[in-house]
Amino acid sequence: MSRIFVAGLGAVSPAGWNVAALRGALEKGEPLPTQTVVRPGWTKTLPVRLVPPPATKLEFLAHPRLRRSSPITHYAAAATLEALAGLRGKPAAKHFRLGVIACLQSGCVQYSCRFYDETLKNPATASPLVFPETVHAAPTSHVVALLENVALAYSLVGDPAIFLQGVALGAQWLAENRVDACLVFGAEETNWIVADAFRHLDRRAIVTGGAGAVCLCRDQNLSIGIELAAITDAQPFSARQNPLQAAQAMRAQLGKNSAGELLCDGTGVSPRADATENAAWRDWSGDRIRSKAIWGEGLMAGAAWQCVAAGDALAQKKFSAANVSLVGSTQQAIGAKFVRADFDLSAGAPMGNIPS
Amino acid sequence: MLFPLKPLPAAPPRVVITGAGIITALGRGWKLNTQGFREGRRAFRPVTHFDVSRQRVKIAAEVDLPEILPATKLTPRQLARLDGAGKMLLLAAHEAWLQSGWTAAENIPLVLGTTAGGMTLGEAYYRQAIHQPGQHRQQATRAIQYQAQVQARAVFDALGFSGPTTILSNACASGGNAIGHAFELIRSGQAERVVAGGYDALGELVFSGFDSLQALSPTTCRPFDAHRDGLALGEGAAILNLETLAHAQRRGAEILGEVTGYATAIDQHHLTQPHPQGNTTLQVMQQACANAWVTAEEIDYLNAHGTGTVLNDASEALAISEWAGTRAATLPVSSTKASIGHLLGGAGAVEAVVCLMTLREQWLPPEMEFETPDPACRFPIVHQMQDARVNLVLSNSFGFGGVNASLIFRRWA
Repeated sequence: MSRIFVAGLGAVSPAGWNVAALRGALEKGEPLPTQTVVRPGWTKTLPVRLVPPPATKLEFLAHPRLRRSSPITHYAAAATLEALAGLRGKPAAKHFRLGVIACLQSGCVQYSCRFYDETLKNPATASPLVFPETVHAAPTSHVVALLENVALAYSLVGDPAIFLQGVALGAQWLAENRVDACLVFGAEETNWIVADAFRHLDRRAIVTGGAGAVCLCRDQNLSIGIELAAITDAQPFSARQNPLQAAQAMRAQLGKNSAGELLCDGTGVSPRADATENAAWRDWSGDRIRSKAIWGEGLMAGAAWQCVAAGDALAQKKFSAANVSLVGSTQQAIGAKFVRADFDLSAGAPMGNIPS
Repeated sequence: MLFPLKPLPAAPPRVVITGAGIITALGRGWKLNTQGFREGRRAFRPVTHFDVSRQRVKIAAEVDLPEILPATKLTPRQLARLDGAGKMLLLAAHEAWLQSGWTAAENIPLVLGTTAGGMTLGEAYYRQAIHQPGQHRQQATRAIQYQAQVQARAVFDALGFSGPTTILSNACASGGNAIGHAFELIRSGQAERVVAGGYDALGELVFSGFDSLQALSPTTCRPFDAHRDGLALGEGAAILNLETLAHAQRRGAEILGEVTGYATAIDQHHLTQPHPQGNTTLQVMQQACANAWVTAEEIDYLNAHGTGTVLNDASEALAISEWAGTRAATLPVSSTKASIGHLLGGAGAVEAVVCLMTLREQWLPPEMEFETPDPACRFPIVHQMQDARVNLVLSNSFGFGGVNASLIFRRWA
């Protein structure tokens, strides 16, 4: 059996431009501040959580490929670079072949709106510089150009629960030795149309943008002491299986929790949206991060942050194992378990060669 | 469980195709398309789906959808919610499903490629939000239905199966990648059968985008012609039902062809332009052949990505010429985008079905408007109807962002 480890984590969120900022927000336990965006034709504004401007200049923006890129690319680039930083500092990883798996739900909405608006006004003057940035594969392409040594890259779209399918695909590429490390990122950006669409679907949801990244590797010595233990099947919503049944099937596959385990779920937005996931985890008695209560509805970025938060809690040695529960909005439910690589869950004691 | 991974099979199973569905501007279904592609018929007409009066180019290969969709398990309400892209996807999936003779089951993965999903619904959402900001009717439905995974779910519900859905959006390589990914799911033992394909509908945003890039041909789309001046857009969908050879034989299924090789890689040169020397294209063609245990000498026909743009075709021609070596002089190549336009996320899947047609029926699809070869082409372009002995074909798909994919198919005889 192939063992897969986490080599690094990265996050750009409304809390700031790194994992530490996300951790700080979760430790504080209070909802992040909201801002507003203007919806054309309305006097009323829509609440959102926006990524704050970076504290320092983003050096990667000097790369020629990123000059005209959209915010989603900036978020994805910053998160992936943070996730890769540890690996890049290690000589053993110098010539690694990288895989990149991008996961998106809304994708590049800012430039899509801008380009379509230009088209409606006068297609003859719609900008050829903006159009390519509307493509789902654009952030992936820019990140790949920035990282350079990328052997394989896929862009996946779907509801947020596909993020863990992306992680499973990365594990597969590693197991088949097609890449030496694999970055899986989820990214979104926010504008009025995303906020408006969500207002139709769930009035309590406050949408947010950003990116989260997980870097996977095969070598425990290159890891940050976290191992991927399990990813459930993707449990689809269909005529044969409603979302609650799918979430329960996911929950059942993750098994009963032991002492010292964390659950990082996707609840905290609104009772209606949370009902399914809460029902599936009704028996959970351990610690729990209700992530969306803090950062809001981050779509695919939110799914990635859940994994980052779970991994970071293990890296900080606060827990021995962390479960991630992703119950999507339209597609499927899926879950995962990450463990401390030095921790034997069955014995409840450290076992590896990494000091605890 | 998706992880821990299932152990790799000692010998990867052979992957065969037992169902194929296709809808393009040439028509709906295998028969109409095979007639059209064999004759090199061109299916372009003035765009009717949206206003092109202020666009530079005004034609595309539009699909005429039937007024009544085939009877499936979808409710009238679900049917009413489908947009053009969703209907094309459903029609292709239905044809493939019937042909393969599969019955309702759990855990059949669905792998789709698309660039836009239900973008026309997204466009409608935007127009209403801007022009009628106080009017919210239909907006919630549009916000849900424009998402590709919701269109995929309609396929599940219509045909009565379910399983994990993977939607690849590697721009215009998506359809090829979807079939390749499905092939790999089966080869690695993760699935015994997979429904895979690609689709995209013509939309105003995308049409305007390609027009703004001046990538659309103002005359005639002529891939690999020295006087080519751009691509033409089209729309459509294609689905292949893939399964292990053992599974197909166990149930006595008719086998349409075999997928034997796949490779994908990413060109880091530019967001919208291929590497001028076609480095990554060369790499994926070589890798796909290596994976299939075949050489360029054995390939009987190459279905090129061949968009008709100056840059794509020059780069691809160099790569094909280098990859094929001495075989190039006699290797028949053509791009079926000359007939049906560029189907973006649907292109690779539709072209896979065209490859299957050539293998099944032993002919080559011509580019009837082709006149003068680009000097970079060291290979003959098929430009007349012709029968041929075809046992192995290679199909290329490339996308904005740099993803390249090559697939190899073998005749089943």
